[in-house]
Amino acid sequence: MTVFIIRRLLQAIVVVFLMSLIVFFGVNVIGDPVDMLINPEADQAEIERTIRALGLDKPIHEQYLFFLKGVASGDFGKSFIFGEPALKLILHHMPATIELALVSLVMAIVLGIPLGLYAGLFPDQRISRAIMAGSILGFSLPTFWVGLMMIMLFAVYLGWLPSTGRGDMAEFLGIRSSLWTRDGLSHLFMPALNLALTNISLVIRLTRAGVREAMHQDYIKFARAKGLTTRRVVGVHLMKNILIPIVTVLGLEFGNLLAFSVVTETIFAWPGMGKLLIDSLLQLDRPVVVAYLMIIVLFFVIINLVVDILYSVLDPRVRLRDQGT
Amino acid sequence: MTVLSVEGLQTHFFTRAGVVKAVDGVDFAIERGKVMGLVGESGSGKSVTGFSIIGLVDPPGRVVGGSIRFQGEELIGASDRRMRELRGSKVAMIFQDPMMTLNPVLRIDTQMIEAILAHRDVPKREAWAQARDGLAQVGIPSPEERLRAYPHQLSGGMRQRVAIAIAFLNNPDLIVADEPTTALDVTIQAQIIHVAQMLCRARGAALIWITHDLAVVAGLADRISVMYAGRVVEAGPTDDVIDHPRHPYTVGLLGSVPSANRRGEKLTQIPGMTPNMLDLPPGCAFRERCPRASDACLTVPQITAAEAGHPIRCHHPHGAAVPA
Repeated sequence: MTVFIIRRLLQAIVVVFLMSLIVFFGVNVIGDPVDMLINPEADQAEIERTIRALGLDKPIHEQYLFFLKGVASGDFGKSFIFGEPALKLILHHMPATIELALVSLVMAIVLGIPLGLYAGLFPDQRISRAIMAGSILGFSLPTFWVGLMMIMLFAVYLGWLPSTGRGDMAEFLGIRSSLWTRDGLSHLFMPALNLALTNISLVIRLTRAGVREAMHQDYIKFARAKGLTTRRVVGVHLMKNILIPIVTVLGLEFGNLLAFSVVTETIFAWPGMGKLLIDSLLQLDRPVVVAYLMIIVLFFVIINLVVDILYSVLDPRVRLRDQGT
Repeated sequence: MTVLSVEGLQTHFFTRAGVVKAVDGVDFAIERGKVMGLVGESGSGKSVTGFSIIGLVDPPGRVVGGSIRFQGEELIGASDRRMRELRGSKVAMIFQDPMMTLNPVLRIDTQMIEAILAHRDVPKREAWAQARDGLAQVGIPSPEERLRAYPHQLSGGMRQRVAIAIAFLNNPDLIVADEPTTALDVTIQAQIIHVAQMLCRARGAALIWITHDLAVVAGLADRISVMYAGRVVEAGPTDDVIDHPRHPYTVGLLGSVPSANRRGEKLTQIPGMTPNMLDLPPGCAFRERCPRASDACLTVPQITAAEAGHPIRCHHPHGAAVPA
């Protein structure tokens, strides 16, 4: 297991390196940041000066080697726009996004699994049909539209919840977050639910499918024949068997929530990384884009590793062996 | 002492295509420490009978009639709570396929200890010790090590031993074994039968052994009930039924088993196939395959017992005159 983890981490470094290569050269193709940065009335000398200051006068491969050298010492370059280190900029926006992603992941689990269980255990009930119909809406309605509708309903008409921003924050266990204040939570609720909607629906459908399949397995009948309570049969014997697909999907989706919650963050003016990425792309702020994508790749690799380890915890038949990334 | 008596049991499945009368009139009784073989082809309703007894018939199936009395207590209509109390403690079941009956993601000790704790208020340590002794009794070597194993680390025969050990954990008075050896190698079969028989004798538990294999019950059971299309067609002491079968179906079944006594003779076979349970012919269900059938067979034969303790359900049993 330790060997497995070490090997996976080494592979992660290779993946991150390749990613940096692709992104670095890719970003260089999509336009010239100098045009965006410089006052249109600036003279040639000033333009030259700016280009040199940003290090853009050197050939691209030299720029890349310079960049790699920086990365090795933790320096991803400075943002063209803000003049701050790109990494610092990203880390500054990261807590807001992690907070949002975590809350919406928790929502997907605590709402999705019980609803899916109910729909799977009592498939003929009217409530179950309503749950399943709702889940179809949940993943087919576009996020931006649902987000806007939620703002209309809860912020505009009902006035229950604030529509933008992170709200008050407080510090607890050394973590500064909106989670610890009432106001912060009320700000967090809508964007998190909006982001979670697709995942709640996915988890409902996966759980239901798992339950429907596992319910007819002999081991469930045998567990009942032992005289176990329904609670134990469903909570232990059934749940442990259907968790694997749910964990897989949630792992992947968590990566997506972290990296690409752009739409929700934009609608609710949530000061997270997604917003930063879009802004940086529009302004061709190369160092930020490159650093952002490298960090996201690292996230995905780590999440996948955690999911793999969870597999072996959930299912003893799974042995962690190296099968390529 | 009669542990279980089943009378006129009817379990029907209400499917979209129609009502399947999987069990439609089953009677038998079993005494303490005795073994009863419930024999029949696939689809004859023998497994459904077993599940009806422990109250685990899944929808769309339902027990619609008859009586199941366990130690004097009527089980049909008993509360879910009462049935759960009985299941696993007084009435235990062993399933057909040992590869499927143990939960693949839980360790053996978890699955054994939970069975004890579901019915008795003992410390976990004590439950663990009982689980270990249970494994030792079914002949599993180094039981402490096996307790820590997961099902996939054990062979099929080993897993069936574990299932038997689980069934006996709470000292049940009745065990329903649903084809427990069908999925196993012949050599393992004999061992499993031996273990189950030995434990039943030692504990005085009654055993219902459901099988399609007459050879298995011949050496094991005290009494045999033969089922066909949801009904018991012949029942009696094992030797009596094997040596002097009266129902044409039993005769056919026995004729299709190779035997050392009839070496060199051709095996007979029963013509036709088991009837479609959705569309049973009226009258005796065996009529269309029966060499002795007559117009009388268009009505369902009643249970008659020409000899005491050997009831049959046939208009023209062997030993009576063949109709012209």
